[in-house]
Amino acid sequence: MTIDTYAALEKKCREVRYLTFDAIGTLGVGHLGGSFSAVDALVVLYYRHLRFDPKQPKMEGRDRFVLSKGHAGPALYAILADHGIIDKSELSTLNRHETRLPSHADMNRTPGIDMTTGSLGQGLSCAVGIAVGSKIKKDGARVYCMIGDGESNEGQIWEAAMYAAHMHLDNLIVFTDYNKMQVDGQTKDILGLEPICDKWISFGWNAERVDGHDVKAIDEAIDRAKAIKGKPCMIILDTLKGKGISFIEEIWQNNHNVNVTPVQHEAGLAELAKEGF
Amino acid sequence: MLLDLEMRQVYASELLRMMEIDESIIVIDADLARANGTLGIRDRFPDRALDVGVAEANMASIAAGLASYGFKPFISTFCPFATRRICDQITISIAYAKQNVKIVGTEPGVAAEFNGGTHMSIEDVGVVRSIPGIVIFEPVDQVQLLQAMPQIAAYDGPMYIRLFRKKPTHVFDEATYRFELFKADLLQEGTDVTLFATGIHVSIALEAAELLKEKGVSAEVVNVHTIKPIDKDTVIRSVQKTGCAVTCENHNIYGGLGSAVAEVLSEHHPVPIKYVGVDDSFLIVGKIPPLLEKFHMTKNDIVDKALESIEMKRK
Repeated sequence: MTIDTYAALEKKCREVRYLTFDAIGTLGVGHLGGSFSAVDALVVLYYRHLRFDPKQPKMEGRDRFVLSKGHAGPALYAILADHGIIDKSELSTLNRHETRLPSHADMNRTPGIDMTTGSLGQGLSCAVGIAVGSKIKKDGARVYCMIGDGESNEGQIWEAAMYAAHMHLDNLIVFTDYNKMQVDGQTKDILGLEPICDKWISFGWNAERVDGHDVKAIDEAIDRAKAIKGKPCMIILDTLKGKGISFIEEIWQNNHNVNVTPVQHEAGLAELAKEGF
Repeated sequence: MLLDLEMRQVYASELLRMMEIDESIIVIDADLARANGTLGIRDRFPDRALDVGVAEANMASIAAGLASYGFKPFISTFCPFATRRICDQITISIAYAKQNVKIVGTEPGVAAEFNGGTHMSIEDVGVVRSIPGIVIFEPVDQVQLLQAMPQIAAYDGPMYIRLFRKKPTHVFDEATYRFELFKADLLQEGTDVTLFATGIHVSIALEAAELLKEKGVSAEVVNVHTIKPIDKDTVIRSVQKTGCAVTCENHNIYGGLGSAVAEVLSEHHPVPIKYVGVDDSFLIVGKIPPLLEKFHMTKNDIVDKALESIEMKRK
């Protein structure tokens, strides 16, 4: 399912946020902030770049995506549902007893999930392993991965960063969802990441920084990353935690895992539907 | 010939042989390939013999990624770094994600000798045993390891292999022994007490059985090479005959073979059990024999515990 225009991509972002918010709102609680900050990049990736067949989600040689910040699972489930890999009605089972849609991404539970994640720092290493595997098989697949800014506190992220550059993994494109917040506060106050772009460049990566809510900017950054030879690519996404619903954005400093009342549920859906999708 | 080889040489050469016929096998080291005997594999298979540097967590999750892509990774480092250091990566990237990764830890317990207490892993089996879905295997000698390797590679799931690197005391006869993963080996039949042993303690338990024989005690010796899942049938059947047991291992008595045997017997056939192993203390620098003496893990300690176990049975 490829989307050709940026206006249509923006519309799809609203729809994905609608589906995500409806699932979390139906449950009444969820990782809203980090799911919403990631939506635009996920949409650009899944509707413009990732080579996969929704009818055969385990097809050999497909591109892979590892959601290393596994708690953004709800946003990814909405995209998988929109592709028909899971049924949209199943989104309302999010985090219910014995659901196939757990809070954190699980390859053995959810069709279309390429790697189990949730314990932060590990997913990027898994993506590196997949990228090495693809190089060995010479199957031409690309491996995409998204890490969080809080997740970047983990030492394993930098172990993976060193090794990916050492192995010249130019089939690996990684996003950092740089929403500037982690659970205990702003990243600059907890464990600062700046200069974040320079860090990745110094680790031997190609790195650039774009507006993570500008679908055109993200799309063009991925195109540039695909053209890079001999090194892995990092795309830093400047994002806002909870982006898309005004009253969730307003509590950007405390919307990592939020309760959603029935009134808020209705209000949020109405706001997202207002601009249409 | 085989018995002239160190365990790491058997491991590496067999791995190399299997890599010739199975393109999915891949070897990953964390800057200890030279120590673990796998360095030479990269000459033959530079693309499938990786070294991630001193980064064990990265190694484990990279292996999980490769396994998800259809490869069969064997990752190796010293026991403590293969287990306790990367407990969460084993748990989530490998076990929870159900990835076919073989984790090889070398130099268990006192085998670390001059690397001392920091490198002496006496908790590794306990750490891994509490993670669902991982097989734990500890080979005894070159004969058993050589036969085990193809079965290890053929097993589709995560496994921890606790590997003594150097030359062990020879136990199994190359001509007659037939290894079966998951199936404990009855090495010597007896009627008064069962000695359940693993790793380097199998030969020590056999020596203890000889000493016990001189005292008129008939000891049965069982090698529990697959510690998880433990061969319940063999364990239970043996104590149904002998009525008491001693576990013998190069590991903390908490969490290892002793605990595994006790869990089975307390539930299915309660009998007196005594434990030979490290009694919950950190180890120190030293050669293996004096370390076994100091930490009460010798054949004489096994004899003493066997007699105590038999005495308890009679009360």
